[in-house]
Formats: sequence, structure tokens, C-alpha cells
Amino acid sequence: MPSKYDWPPAEKRSLIGKRIDRLEGSAKVTGAAHYAYDIHRPGMLVAKLLVSPHAHARVKSIDTSAAEKLPGVRAVKVISPPGTEVQWEGTEIAAVAADTEQLARDGVRALRVEYEILPHLVKEEDLNKAAGMTKPALEQTSGNPDQAFATADVVHEGYYGLPTVTHCCQEAHGQVVEWEGDKCTFYATTQALSRIGGDLAKELSAAPGFGTVKPSQVRVLCEHMGGGFGSKFGHERWGVVCAQLAKQLGKPVKLMLDRDQELLMAGARPSDFAKVKIGAKRDGSVVAWESESWSTGGPGGGGPPPLPYVFTIPNQRRRHISVATHTGPARAWRAPNHPQACLLTMCALDDLADKLGLDPLELFLKNAGLSPRGDVYRTELLKAAELMDWKAKWHPRSRLTAGPVKRGVGLSVHTWGGRGHDSDCRMMIHPDGSVQAQLASQDLGTGTRTVIGIVAAETLGLPVRAVQVQIGDTNYPPSGASGGSTTVGGVSASTRRAATKALDKLLETVAPSLGTTPDKLVAVDGRVYVAGDPSKGLTWKAACAKLSKPISELGRNPARDEGNLNDSGVGGVEMAEVEVDTETGVVAVKKMVVVQDCGLIINLKAAESQCYGAVSMAMSGALYEERIFDEATGRMLNADMEFTKTTGLADTGEVVVHMMTGMYDNRGVIGLGEPPVVSPMAAIANAVTNAIGVRVPTMPMTPDKVLATLEKGGRA
Amino acid sequence: MRKDKKGFSRRSFLQGVGVAAAAPAGARAAPPRVATVGPGPVRMALRVNGRIHSLRLEPRVTLLEALRDSLELTGAKKVCDRGACGSCTVLLDGHPVYACGVLAIEAQGKDVRTIEGLAGGGRLHPLQASFVEHDALQCGFCTPGFVMAAKAFLDKHPTPTTEEIRLGLGGNLCRCGTYLGIRQAVAEAAREMKGGRRA
Repeated sequence: MPSKYDWPPAEKRSLIGKRIDRLEGSAKVTGAAHYAYDIHRPGMLVAKLLVSPHAHARVKSIDTSAAEKLPGVRAVKVISPPGTEVQWEGTEIAAVAADTEQLARDGVRALRVEYEILPHLVKEEDLNKAAGMTKPALEQTSGNPDQAFATADVVHEGYYGLPTVTHCCQEAHGQVVEWEGDKCTFYATTQALSRIGGDLAKELSAAPGFGTVKPSQVRVLCEHMGGGFGSKFGHERWGVVCAQLAKQLGKPVKLMLDRDQELLMAGARPSDFAKVKIGAKRDGSVVAWESESWSTGGPGGGGPPPLPYVFTIPNQRRRHISVATHTGPARAWRAPNHPQACLLTMCALDDLADKLGLDPLELFLKNAGLSPRGDVYRTELLKAAELMDWKAKWHPRSRLTAGPVKRGVGLSVHTWGGRGHDSDCRMMIHPDGSVQAQLASQDLGTGTRTVIGIVAAETLGLPVRAVQVQIGDTNYPPSGASGGSTTVGGVSASTRRAATKALDKLLETVAPSLGTTPDKLVAVDGRVYVAGDPSKGLTWKAACAKLSKPISELGRNPARDEGNLNDSGVGGVEMAEVEVDTETGVVAVKKMVVVQDCGLIINLKAAESQCYGAVSMAMSGALYEERIFDEATGRMLNADMEFTKTTGLADTGEVVVHMMTGMYDNRGVIGLGEPPVVSPMAAIANAVTNAIGVRVPTMPMTPDKVLATLEKGGRA
Repeated sequence: MRKDKKGFSRRSFLQGVGVAAAAPAGARAAPPRVATVGPGPVRMALRVNGRIHSLRLEPRVTLLEALRDSLELTGAKKVCDRGACGSCTVLLDGHPVYACGVLAIEAQGKDVRTIEGLAGGGRLHPLQASFVEHDALQCGFCTPGFVMAAKAFLDKHPTPTTEEIRLGLGGNLCRCGTYLGIRQAVAEAAREMKGGRRA
């Protein structure tokens, strides 16, 4: 017997799975939505950071005297005292708080710092230049790769890679902090509302002379936030400094990173480069894999990507080298390690297909059984091929399209987990009929707020707008951090349980007046009535009027014995069609096809938006985006939004998104933030290769690299 | 006065241009007397969304900073602060400008329109309604700038082709990647506004 907490069957869903406008839409299009960057408090001061201009240096001295004498400067706080070894350009050296932003900048400019400059390494693609900074991080063998390669009919060897890119969230990192006595309010732009207050309290308590701060003294607020993509989980060093300055000065302080600081230190995706060897039988069965990969994520090096990706090739040997560099440290970036592993694997498979004389679609279909969800991929590959008109568009590399502008198609597959995180939801039903869902969760722009509203409204038989969704405040019950596509599964499950329990309470109250028992009652279309007899019932408002006090019920995820509401593990397929101008080297993405499953979809509109957005973001990595360093000075050359190139409106071609709705609903809700961002880079890289017949080995495929590849391949 | 001789910022450049533009370069005669203001706060008046605001601000304060920090009109966002991303787009006498690249003092005597002044009478402007309907926003941090850029674009191109929309809104960046929704939203709003339901 299904649990009453289960999702309603398809024919009974009035909101779940439909295309619903996001609840905060009006606030965001009118400028009324307030983000941390927009917070104004009475008497608020502004702080700005001085950061290291050197990639590797030791701080010798800091002279703050001139800055402290400037009008309007209220405090100077040294963050990296003399003796500190700076490991990347952008390291925080000191902060200045002043009456205005302009005066804070004057203060920063007046600081005098002497550095002892130390040797640096900022580039990792050429391992020969990385001596002393490398560390073997992995060597794994399974099966018998040597024998498998020896008996394979076809063996391909290739080199592929992608550099580090930044997160470049639209809203910079930072916060406003205000103290009232020992109570701290932290206005954050965060993916981890429920966590950072405790982390901040712990670090403040450990700081000399600050006294003990309990987590309960810190209230974190984040009503809206301007993007995170994996880079906003921390309370941050600048958050601690901001809290210390605010306490010291007895005034609210705002400290937001400047854009160059944001790109230097507030998040990057690790690079990955690999020499790959891959072997197959004549019929296309892939039998052997060998890879030597290396990557950097800054001073901590870079971990191994999950190679080979998606396909568990029976015989494999993997080696990985971690390279430490003097660059801003890596942070989780949408689907950590997956875009890298995807590119390295899918490009090698595509080249192998060419060597076998096979259409890569056939090769992928043939080997789908090597993945944990072969049937899902087979279905999706065929659907994507239909939407792309693949059979008509694909051509062997030996038969390029005519004219200087070449057309080609490419494909890639991906996977992700995405099980719902721990989440508590409090559902309140008031005697006046109003309803609130309360969670200390956050909406990154993914549509979390709307998902909560849809689930609560569906459960209570109300319109979405009848539910007040209250999030972004640690006074509500705790909910997990929004990372790894875990939010939608977590909050939808906790909300469903809380709403079901609250409704049970309401039905218990109402049943006697309708001369029935609670189990006979349903809540549908704004009414509470006897199942099968809508005339025997009350309006929602009249039903709630029978309450003598508000109902307050807590729903949790996970919850034993309260239904299986979410799951983990999805597959997706993406195909790209490109045009490459062989005279200019410019690549244009004409069409992308995304076919994705994510279990039960709560809001189809938001789900499709995730896919559209993911294609756009990943396209930047394929064609434009790279963190560029100057080897001589160790400095980042494009710490701005003009030369850190990201996809614009004009760059985006047609995108066709097909969600595998209905097929996997019984699995419950599975997250979608990461999966569709994994494949586009590999699909576009394979499409470019199909178009011009030769492979541009590393991302981004900028015109200069495309032209150099054509030249080298004798195709210019 | 700013003493840093090494630093040459966009703002110091703009500031210089703002006060010295009247002086011909390389003039042989004694330079003509030009009015200079600052350093330090000076009086200025800004007309924003039809209302005049009197302010005392340093001449180096940008229009974006004046709107956000002094008038608490925070719809226009500070993102790149270097005229690259468009998130601070406002209208100056009907023309879209990056408010981070305009000094507040230069905006005097002009009509400044911000996102806060777009909706009227408690109703969303058709562009705003269309952005919501087509989910042309995710985190929403680029949205006010995009809506204002789209407003200026449609004022100039009331019946745009798909290609005109594609190229005409290239001056704004969205990291969430809501471009497809924005394209649809602008096309739909153009149809609706042309239909005369609301100008």
C-alpha cells in the first residue's frame, strides 16, 4: 500500500509537473528584490579589501598610518600580517572601513605594503615546467589493460584538456554585518544559509580578544542571491573581517568584493589535461582505457576526475598528477569534476569512433550497457538523434560539407546523483486560512522558492499564490546547503511531509462538523469535502475558521516510514550542431539538443530553464572562457568581465530541451542543477571536430586555436 | 585630492575629462578658465524617474553609486563596475547607458529612468510581465539591467526581427544563461506593445 506521503498520481496532479511562473518573478523584474549587495542599514560603513598583487610572496611590512589618518576612514584591519606567505594573487592583505565606498578606496590606496617576491608557478599544461610542484595523486588498474590493448582491433591515442575557469557569479561575494549587543545579523549571499552562521560563530570565538560567540547569536538572512554555482558555501575570511569591523566600530559594515577580486580568489573550476589511450573491437565494443591526467585547483593541486566517464570500460589503468599552482583556489563548480571527465572521455570515444569508421551515435548505443543505466541512455540517445535529425546531419570526417563554413554535429552523455539533502519544513495553517511554508533554505535562482510553493499548494489543494513561502532566514527550521543538485529533492520532500501532516490536523478538526471522519475528506480546488461528494464540504477559509489556534507541523527529509519521495542518479544526452568558419576560425553553435531525466519534475518551466542556462554557461567553457595568467609576473590578465569571455545573447543558437517526463516519475524528485551543464563542452568539441575533420585538443576553442589546428592538420 | 601618481583609473580619467573637456589639447595660449568642482562633496541635482533629488556627493561618484548608495534605488546592480556587463543599465534621456560609466555629476539636467520607474499604477510593464512569463530570469541579478536595455531597444525598434533582437541586446551578460527566455520575452512584449495594450 502506498504511503500517504507519496507523490500524487499523474491524473491527480494539478500543479506538480506544470509550467509555473516563479513566485519572486515580479520582485526581480521591478528591482524590488533585495540582495546582500543592496542592503542599506542606518549608519552603515563600507569596507574594501587590499589584496596581494603577487602570486607568491612574503609580506615584509604593512604601513597603515597614512590610511588611518584619512578623513572618513574609521578602521584599518590587517588580515595577512608581516611574515605571511601569500600563495596567490588576490590574497586578502588588509581591509579598510570608511564612511563611503570612495573613502574606503582612498584608504586602501594609502596602505603601504612591502613584499619579498618568491618564485611562482601559474600554468600547468606543460608538466615539464611544473617541476617540484607535482604530486602523483592516483594510480589504479582494473582488469588487464595491457592484454586488452594487445588484443584490441583498433587503438586510439589522443590529448585533450581544459583550463581553469572562474564562477563569475553576477553578484559578487560579500555581506553586510550588523551587531546589536551580542546579536549578529549577517546579510549573506550564500548557498548554505543554515551552516554559515555556526561556522562564523566558531571562527569569531577562536579569534583573539573577541570572546565567545554562540551559533544562536548569529542570524543569517538571504532573501535573494545573485548566483553561486558552487562558490558560495563559506562564511569566508572577508565575512569574519566584516563581522570584526562591525563589532569594533559598533556600526553595520558592508564588504563586497570588487569584480577583479571576485575573479582572482572567489572561485575557480580545476583544469584537467590528459593523454588518453582507448581500444575497441572491430564491432565497436570498447575494451580498454588508459589515461594519464593532470590538473590544478590552485595551491592545493587538483584531484582526479572520474575517468573513464559514464562508461565502465572493463580494462583500465588511470594515473593522475596533482599540480599545485600559485593561483586562486578552486571551489566546487557546477557538477565538480564531471565536465572535465566528460570532455576527456567523450572526445576520446568520438575519435575512436572515427578510427573505427563508425557513426559515434552507433558507438555510444553499442556501449551503453557499460554504464549503470544503459536503457536510459539508449532511449535518450535515440530521442536526441531524432530532435537533432542526426542521421541526416552527421557525416564522416573524410566527407566535410562544402564551402569555407563547415557544419558538423557532436554528442555527449553525462550523469549525476542529486539525492535530496537534509531539510526541515514547518507548515503553518492559520485560522484566517493563510498558509506558510518555512525553511532556512535559499533560492539561488534555481526556483527553490517556487518548488516549495507548488508542493505545499498541491498537497493542500490551493493555488500556488495562496502559500507564503518563507525562506532565507535562519529563524526558520534548518535546511541543507544548496549544492550538488540536492535542494529540490530535499525541500520538496520535507514540504510534502509537513503539508500532509498539517492537512491531517485540519481534517481532524473539520471532520465532525461535516459528520464524517478525517480519512473520508479531501482538500481540492480550495475546498475541503467528502471524497466523491464535493457538495458535502466547506471552502478552505471556512474550514480553517474552525481552528482555535494555528496548526504548526514539521516535515523532514530524510524520514523513515514517510514515503520514498526522492532518488539519486540520472542520465542525460546532449547533441550540438556547429558552423566553423575555416577562414576566420570562428565557431558558432547553431543548435543544441538536451535530453534529460530527473525523476518527477515539480516545475517544468524551471526545469527547462535549468537546461537552457546550463547550455549557455557550458558553451562559455567550450568557446570563450579561460582564466589567463601571465607567466612572467604570475598575474591574471583577465580579471574582469570584458576579457573573461562568457556567452552572450547573440552567441546562443537554437536550444531544444526534452525532459523525459512521465517515464521515471515513480523514482520521485531528483536534482537538475548539475547534469545538463556537464555535456555541452564535449558535444560542441565533437561537433567542431566533425565539422573540420581535425580536433582542437584543448578548450576554449578560440579562433586562433581553430586556425592553428586546421593548419597543423593540413586543412587550412 | 588623490595623491596616488601611479594609479590611473577609469574614474580618474572620467573625472579629468568631465572637468577639462572644454580645454583644447595643446592650447598655446593660457588655458581658458574652466569651472572646477571638488574634491570633496559638492551639491548636485538629479532627476530620477521624474523626481528631483538634491545630493551632496563627491564629483567622482558614479551615477550607479548615487542611485544605489544615496537614493537607495538598488535595482541597477553593480557587477563588473567597468562598463562590460550591462547589469547597471539605466536610461539617460531615453538612451541606455551603463550607470557605472557615467559620473553622477554628468547626469545632471538629464532625465534618468531606472527599473523602479518602469512599472506604473501597480501594473508591470509588458516587458516585465513578459520576462516573468518566459522565465527570462534565474538569480535575477542581471534582470533589471536587461529589462531597461530591452525597453530602450524596443523604443527604437518597435517591430524587431529575431535577428535584430539577437544583435541588439548583446550589451548585457547573464551568467545563469537566461538568454533564450529573454529573446522570447522581448519578442512577445514587442507584439503586445504594438497591439496598443500599453505603451
